[in-house]
Amino acid sequence: MIAKASSRRSFIKVAALASGALIVGVSRTPSAKANGKAKIEVWEPNLYVRIDPNGVTTIVSKNPEAGQGVKTAFPMVVAECLNVDWETVKVEQAPLDERYGRQAAGGSRGTPDGWDDLRIAGAAACFMLKSAAAKKWGVSKSECAAENGFIVHKASGKKLAYGDLVGLAAKEKPPEVDALELKSRPEEFKLLGKFVRGVDNKKIFTGQPLYGCDTRLDGMLYAVFQKCSVFGGRVRKANLKEIERLPGVRYAFVVEGGTSLRGLQGGVAIVAETWWEAESARKKLRVDWDADNANSTTSFEEQAARLAKQEGKTVREYGNVAKGFDKAHKVLEASYYYPFVSHANMEPQNCTAHFDRSSGKMTLWAPSQNPGSGRNLISRTLGIPQEKIHVNLTRMGGGFGRRLTPDFMVEVAAIAKEVKEPVQLQWTREDDMKHDFYRPAAWHHFKGGVDKSGRLVAWDHHFITFGNGKKPVAGANLSGKHYPSGLTPNFRLRQSMIPCQVPTGPWRSPGHSAYCWAFQSFFDELAESVSVDPLQFRLQLLEKAHGTAPLDLHRTRETLKLAAKTANWGRSLGEGRGLGMAFHFDHGGFTAHIAEVSGDSSGKVKVEKVYSAADVGPIINMSGADNQVEGCVIDALSTAHGEVTVNGGAVDQNNFDDYQLLRIGQAPDIETVYLQSDNRPAGLGEPPIAAATPAITNAIYAATGIRIRELPLSKAGVTIG
Amino acid sequence: MSQITLTINGESHTLDVPPDMPLLWALRDKLNLTGTKYSCGKGLCGTCTVLMNGNAMRSCTFPASGAVGMEITTIEGLDSEAQHPVQRAWQEVDVPQCGYCQGGQIMTTVSLLSRVENPDDEQIDAALNGNLCRCGTYKRIRKAVKLAAEYTSADKKGGSQ
Ligand code: FES
Ligand code: FES
Repeated sequence: MIAKASSRRSFIKVAALASGALIVGVSRTPSAKANGKAKIEVWEPNLYVRIDPNGVTTIVSKNPEAGQGVKTAFPMVVAECLNVDWETVKVEQAPLDERYGRQAAGGSRGTPDGWDDLRIAGAAACFMLKSAAAKKWGVSKSECAAENGFIVHKASGKKLAYGDLVGLAAKEKPPEVDALELKSRPEEFKLLGKFVRGVDNKKIFTGQPLYGCDTRLDGMLYAVFQKCSVFGGRVRKANLKEIERLPGVRYAFVVEGGTSLRGLQGGVAIVAETWWEAESARKKLRVDWDADNANSTTSFEEQAARLAKQEGKTVREYGNVAKGFDKAHKVLEASYYYPFVSHANMEPQNCTAHFDRSSGKMTLWAPSQNPGSGRNLISRTLGIPQEKIHVNLTRMGGGFGRRLTPDFMVEVAAIAKEVKEPVQLQWTREDDMKHDFYRPAAWHHFKGGVDKSGRLVAWDHHFITFGNGKKPVAGANLSGKHYPSGLTPNFRLRQSMIPCQVPTGPWRSPGHSAYCWAFQSFFDELAESVSVDPLQFRLQLLEKAHGTAPLDLHRTRETLKLAAKTANWGRSLGEGRGLGMAFHFDHGGFTAHIAEVSGDSSGKVKVEKVYSAADVGPIINMSGADNQVEGCVIDALSTAHGEVTVNGGAVDQNNFDDYQLLRIGQAPDIETVYLQSDNRPAGLGEPPIAAATPAITNAIYAATGIRIRELPLSKAGVTIG
Repeated sequence: MSQITLTINGESHTLDVPPDMPLLWALRDKLNLTGTKYSCGKGLCGTCTVLMNGNAMRSCTFPASGAVGMEITTIEGLDSEAQHPVQRAWQEVDVPQCGYCQGGQIMTTVSLLSRVENPDDEQIDAALNGNLCRCGTYKRIRKAVKLAAEYTSADKKGGSQ
């Protein structure tokens, strides 16, 4: 059976090129000749597929690639519906262009957003090829089938390659979107769900230029940009004359910044013939800074302790929490804390730009997850009209949300405006560590009541976070609708905020990756207080909703059960070994992990294995899916080591020696399993991370008796071997 | 500036470099060999790994002038069709996520396999402990190293027949 797409807001457009190639695209805007043959100049496809007479199929990948696998996965969807041999498909990276609609890698939105359009583009092209063949053979279209790049007529044995049909197909009337039958169920797929390797692999394995920092242009110069290590600091004066005379240095100047921590920060640009000369000159730079920022980790802690004694502002309350606790069999209180953490992309922030003074056009080569926001910021800050800013997208050496904030784009644009030559700005690791948009710290004070059988009868939660004015800062929000809201008869969420002049921002699955750990750890404490098994506790919690369910209870339970089955939950493990579990739902994805840990009360621990289950609808690329789940598990364990501290308005950490990432010897084995369905697909770049951290810390408790209520792990004396 | 001659991927290159310029920046900015990547600049992450006389070295902390007279191999110099056993294994396992660290992982593995024919988990972990992967592809790296060892010995057998 073939299902119809759920939402049809898209329009099919077709064009024939002089070369004889057929282009079929999907657009979100009807043109004057909607569903007719539009001229290529007025064509506004959201994405498109091109079939050349030689049989090569080119699929344009519109979203930026940061390692989430979108450049392989999206074209796979088109290829599936086009019924074309994957080996004959070429993938091209699109530049930033209005015609492509939203071009961002964030919020795991690529897959769900693109699902319809990608299938429509493939199916529409296939439809037209079939119509063309049927007409040529004088047979009915329903007798023709598309197979692996050919249209075949079974009855007569006739067969024509797509390449031979493009000329005729271009003359066909494009189908109505509603007339298309779109595959949506895993059983129908031939290509989707298979293990397909990354389209950029060969370039990666042979060291070909791909990433932002690999951009090389004729006459290009290299820049470093010294900002004040204290957030918001501005340049009073600097020894520019001396710097300009240093070897290789071509320009040294002050860039005036604004007051917003999210906009262009002031600093000194040094532009030289090689990056090393720019960086060497920076070591001689003396800047008199005007800085005034007293934020520190200690003062945050003091404020949090003070706020913990207050009521806070009620975000959501229902039932009667006090009565609930009175009736509870056991009431437990515990506090959890996690610190600021960094994104620490392997490729430090960089960007390349050229400003053509005669035309006023700014061209960028940007490793950005959200190039559109970069263009906006450049336009606003430097007064260059949007249409004069052209952004080429490069592959990124990691995103994790860091490259959603376009500070590095506006910096290079500001530098390029002062320089005749094209210029590449390359941050050092230290720049990157000290000028991140950190995942914010938070304190969670929980009080939970359970009945004898371990049902959650009351929940009171004081969330202490960061906020300026009325709203929490970026990445520091927690909704009152988040579970266990809706899973207990009596609920209250209170919130207090600490003013914050440290830049924060989205970090892989903003928020979820942090607070899920606190929730799911405390669930285990509650379960233990009444000697109920952690799996049973969670299944009971997910049994029925109180009011509106905060998540799909059935899918969450099934994912959790699948993880438990895969890990053989409940098996006996012996001394010094333990299993821990957690579930979560975010960005459309249901996930559950079970970690197996060995260790003892000394705190020396080894994460032996993690069993991970996910339900994100159908899996598009099995290799990409496994990679994302595995990456999330490693990221969770890695980040449990990380801590960014602030002193005098500046970050203390510098590099990978004082901000440690997980190394291969510490990495567990990981087994992934999926519940596949024809539910709308969700991305996997984010959902699997949240529950991985508590699964691991719950397992550490099971193995060693050490309950981790504060991160990083070192605070509890735990080291991962 | 001093003029030096380096042997890189079997070819000799004469270039002017500032006296303290690390090999990494000579490769990237002077020769446009951008396959070797920068990430920490302090020998902490391994993304900048190249082979010097067959040994894995961190090019970010090694002065270009000190590399004179050595056989330098960068990721570009392995096999341009990606047919080196380590490249083939990396493709088979589909190791990369963002891919930024993988050049360094591959070069370290080439050096490891030249010393140890069939490394076990412990030897793999020891050799690659200095190569960070922020995306977390460690499970696949281990698998790919073992596969590369198999390919290497199969190639040798094939070659001797
Ligand atoms: S860049 Fe050389 S070890 Fe990190
Ligand atoms: S694949 Fe991204 S850092 Fe290793």
